[in-house]
Amino acid sequence: MRDAVGSVRSVLLLGGRSEIGLAVVERLVREGAREVVLAARGGTELPGVLDAPGLQVHSLEFDASLPETHADTVARAVELVGDLDVVVDAFGVLGDQAAYEADPVAAARDSAVNYTGHVSVDLAAAARLREQGHGTLVVLSSIAGVRTRRFNFVYGSAKAGLDGFAQGLGDALHGSGARVLVVRPGYVPTQMSRHVDPAPFPATPAQVAAAVARGLRTGAHTVWAPPVLRPLFTVLRTLPRPLWRRLSR
Amino acid sequence: MTVLLSGWGRTAPSAARVVRPRDAAQVAQVLAGAGPRGALPRGLGRSYGDAAQDAGGTVLDCTGLTGPVRFDAARGEVTAAAGVPLGRLADALLPHGHVLPVVPGTGYVTLGGAIAADVHGKNHHADSSLGAHVRSLALVTPDGAVRLVGPGGAGRPEDGPDGVTDDDPELFWATVGGMGLTGVVTGATLATLPVETAFARVDTDRTADLDATLDLLSRESGHRYSVAWIDLPGGGRSVVSRADHAHVGDLSLAARRAPLRGGAAGPAATVPFTAPAGLFNRWTVGAFNRAYYHRAPRRRRGQIQPLAAFFHPLDGLRAWNRAYGPAGAVQYQCVVPPGEEDTLRAVAAELARVPTFLGVLKRMGESTPGPLSFPRPGWTLAVDVPADLPGLRELLDRLDRRVLEAGGRLYLAKDARARPGTIRAMYPGLPDWRRTCARADPDGVMVSDLARRLGLRARPEKE
Ligand SMILES: Cc1cc2nc3c(=O)[nH]c(=O)nc-3n(C[C@H](O)[C@H](O)[C@H](O)COP(=O)(O)OP(=O)(O)OC[C@H]3O[C@@H](n4cnc5c(N)ncnc54)[C@H](O)[C@@H]3O)c2cc1C
Ligand SMILES: NC(=O)c1ccc[n+]([C@@H]2O[C@H](COP(=O)([O-])OP(=O)(O)OC[C@H]3O[C@@H](n4cnc5c(N)ncnc54)[C@H](OP(=O)(O)O)[C@@H]3O)[C@@H](O)[C@H]2O)c1
Repeated sequence: MRDAVGSVRSVLLLGGRSEIGLAVVERLVREGAREVVLAARGGTELPGVLDAPGLQVHSLEFDASLPETHADTVARAVELVGDLDVVVDAFGVLGDQAAYEADPVAAARDSAVNYTGHVSVDLAAAARLREQGHGTLVVLSSIAGVRTRRFNFVYGSAKAGLDGFAQGLGDALHGSGARVLVVRPGYVPTQMSRHVDPAPFPATPAQVAAAVARGLRTGAHTVWAPPVLRPLFTVLRTLPRPLWRRLSR
Repeated sequence: MTVLLSGWGRTAPSAARVVRPRDAAQVAQVLAGAGPRGALPRGLGRSYGDAAQDAGGTVLDCTGLTGPVRFDAARGEVTAAAGVPLGRLADALLPHGHVLPVVPGTGYVTLGGAIAADVHGKNHHADSSLGAHVRSLALVTPDGAVRLVGPGGAGRPEDGPDGVTDDDPELFWATVGGMGLTGVVTGATLATLPVETAFARVDTDRTADLDATLDLLSRESGHRYSVAWIDLPGGGRSVVSRADHAHVGDLSLAARRAPLRGGAAGPAATVPFTAPAGLFNRWTVGAFNRAYYHRAPRRRRGQIQPLAAFFHPLDGLRAWNRAYGPAGAVQYQCVVPPGEEDTLRAVAAELARVPTFLGVLKRMGESTPGPLSFPRPGWTLAVDVPADLPGLRELLDRLDRRVLEAGGRLYLAKDARARPGTIRAMYPGLPDWRRTCARADPDGVMVSDLARRLGLRARPEKE
């Protein structure tokens, strides 16, 4: 259960090795979570960052590109820890735009992970949250999906789809006791992104985690990390296309 | 129908199927049909946290459990259905020249909810909690049985008017303070208190600080009722009110002609909308607390006040919890044993640094045998804090540790955020209570968000 100050007991992390995802889990453990399920391809080892008295960490097999297995993934997490207080959806691949343009099949394959993989597992998770009458699904979207850029539009368009999907799912869950929290980070240096040029207004995984914790505490439906991105993108979203094209190269 | 439910503090809502049974047979039927996420009774939702929620399960709205209030003048006992609000019950008793033995700070709680929390009133130091005055209760357990259980022990008639089978005091005491987790109370018989009038005779004092407040409340003044409205951000200065039931001779000549009339509550106004975020802050509460303090007389003796106004000063305003704003509030209520005034001072000093409306400070007396019943001898302090206050989790965790070290505890009817281990340590009777629960409800049908969050019903420890 989530308590009145936003602490929870159990967390399922989809993308069990994600740097941002693990930062969120670490933060939730610091705030009281004691049951953690890390779901990753081939399972995952216990990361050193997770440590607290009485903490139980479980590992689970999860592959985003196999949608027919996703309902089972969620069911097995429930078998392990009971109610899922928070589900953090943090998997994804950034890929390389130029390579995608040269290899459309690879682009489609990664887009399936970045979009339809979320659709199947998030719908399965949402069904469970609805059944239990409480719980929050945290979806890692991105500013890349708020307005797509020429520079990474294959990735960005999947994020745009995911963002819209997550908002719609949040509306569908309204009144069910379950919620969706859409997280829109800017540039976060992690194993996914360290090799690309940093963008303005970066955030650390810990800052993203703090934004998630704030969202859990206040019941917000969207958080941005850092928060300044929200007013910034209110403006950027309205720029004329030619200007946006030049600005966002 | 699926409904989002929360407590009076309006935090952490969850969804449940809500049904409204009208009698014990319907209650039994609902319990028999409960799904894998169990069932739970709910009264008027005046507990602050998640005690009256069962996410994904079936919640029995017990306000439909009503019926005639029967007063047995010879025994001075009243029998009523569990859904009756205590305020209504008090109004029904008054013409007979009796009052309820214990009333909490609001009359908008059901008899069942009051028993489930073993509520205390301003007379706890003199009269203990409600459970001490319950003669018997009707309890529907998940197996469908309607059990009549009593407190056991001496001084209680072996066979009550309804043929009370006094054979399971353990189940009785697991239910008193048991937060709805042993089954559904459908009715109860209580001892009542005879009075001459519908009025209280109130003495009011203003104190300069916490020490002066403690000093005044510690005096053996002989008052049946006493309470301090405490301004924590203002350093613990308080308006202390102490009272007794007024005698006929205390009333005006006009009122003496019908001394049992005029004590009921007037019509209530409603707070029309939820306050904007951030209204509950240091400045607004500061202004409110100051105004309250300065409006009170420095010292007044023998004021005659209608009982309802004295017992339930906030009941003139309905849905006032909307004033908390969208984030809601947490009520922190603890009790510390006598001699632990330093702990109380430390807790008060920490709470003085955050915006809190008037708190309530009270002396407590004898406890009941209920393993989960909150009251115990000492001092109890209750304050409302905005739930979205930054750092609130850490602040309250720190206070919990101090309270626990002092041998004190938290009130489950108010809790919305304590840790399972803290509650386990504060309630040493928990393993016994679990065993009794497991006996009455072996399949674990009765469950609440509170119970899930705190692991209350976890399997009894191996002996
Ligand atoms: C303004 C205010 C002042 C208060 N002052 C005091 C005070 O002075 N002293 C004090 O002790 N408390 C006080 N309280 C707390 C209140 O008395 C308790 O929380 C009480 O339990 C609320 O009763 P309810 O009918 O609203 O029950 P709910 O809040 O709906 O339920 C509370 C618990 O009772 C259980 N329950 C409800 N009905 C039944 C039933 N028929 N059978 C079995 N279990 C049942 C529920 O499962 C739940 O666990 C105050 C609350 C408010 C809002
Ligand atoms: N870093 C940023 O700048 C940034 C900005 C905005 C949004 N985000 C989003 O935030 C989320 C987390 O990113 P991160 O920075 O933490 O990156 P990360 O550390 O690389 O984590 C991404 C995880 O996704 C997993 N994954 C990839 N394909 C998968 C598949 N088919 N099945 C299961 N898991 C798969 C990876 O698992 P393996 O270990 O098995 O490869 C990896 O652990 C992602 O959704 C990302 O798009 C990141």
